[in-house]
Amino acid sequence: MKGSLIIVGFFIAGTLCGVCQLIPADFITDSRISFYALCALMFCVGISIGNDPQTLKNFRSLNPRLVFLPVMTILGTLAGSAAVNLILTHRSLTDCLAVGSGFGYYSLSSIFITEYKGAELGTIALLANISREILTLLAAPLLAHWFGKLAPISAGGATSMDTTLPIITRTSGQQFVVVSIFHGFIVDFSVPFLVTLFCSL
Amino acid sequence: MFTIIGLMLTGMLLGYFLRKQNLGKIHKAITVLIWLLLFLLGIEVGGNEQIVKGLHTIGLEALILTIGGTLGSVIAAWILWKALYGQKGGQA
Repeated sequence: MKGSLIIVGFFIAGTLCGVCQLIPADFITDSRISFYALCALMFCVGISIGNDPQTLKNFRSLNPRLVFLPVMTILGTLAGSAAVNLILTHRSLTDCLAVGSGFGYYSLSSIFITEYKGAELGTIALLANISREILTLLAAPLLAHWFGKLAPISAGGATSMDTTLPIITRTSGQQFVVVSIFHGFIVDFSVPFLVTLFCSL
Repeated sequence: MFTIIGLMLTGMLLGYFLRKQNLGKIHKAITVLIWLLLFLLGIEVGGNEQIVKGLHTIGLEALILTIGGTLGSVIAAWILWKALYGQKGGQA
């Protein structure tokens, strides 16, 4: 939670700098500094995934039928985002799908979408995916009650392995910890691929 | 565009070969890079008058997308839940 607040703090600080024109926005766009920082970020993310084979080993104790949960989350989210496109008619379908493909992973998805589609859609992605995390934290007990114990995990999306894991454990039960981490890992991993895909269509 | 994904896959390979080493610092580097990038995104947003003026509509659009995406995913999870456990209540 503290980590998320710091991240949002940096975004707000940047916005204030931009509004007051302390740092010219044109300079940021022209220098492509965010592109190089994004390259460095993804390289580091890759190293951290490859460096941690322990996580992968834990997945052996997973109920094989639950490997479909991440697929359901991804398909369900994309279907929901496509349906929203009927309301937000001025946005293209791929824009809606790209924002939905953040699955709550707001830092990475907003950065990617800003790089590919500009700061406006990037901001929508940031807000939409932060609120997905907050919604999961607040509504997990209700979701589990209405839609079954897998629902809080799906709602958590990519965050079901870290920030929303404690609330998922509390509402769905200890026996869903492994599937929740597995789910978060797979959905997390799909974010850069799906966002890139929908931004390039 | 696919440079970035290529870099991630290269990083994964490198990380796997270096798995005997303790690369604890990498998480710090990731955090700092995320801070930097969100700060830069903020500057672009703040420097763009159109976005600042439309921030309330943007917020509303984001909220609608959140509700749509989350609702879709929990309905899909509910279908899987029914298919796997029926009425019985679950053991993972």
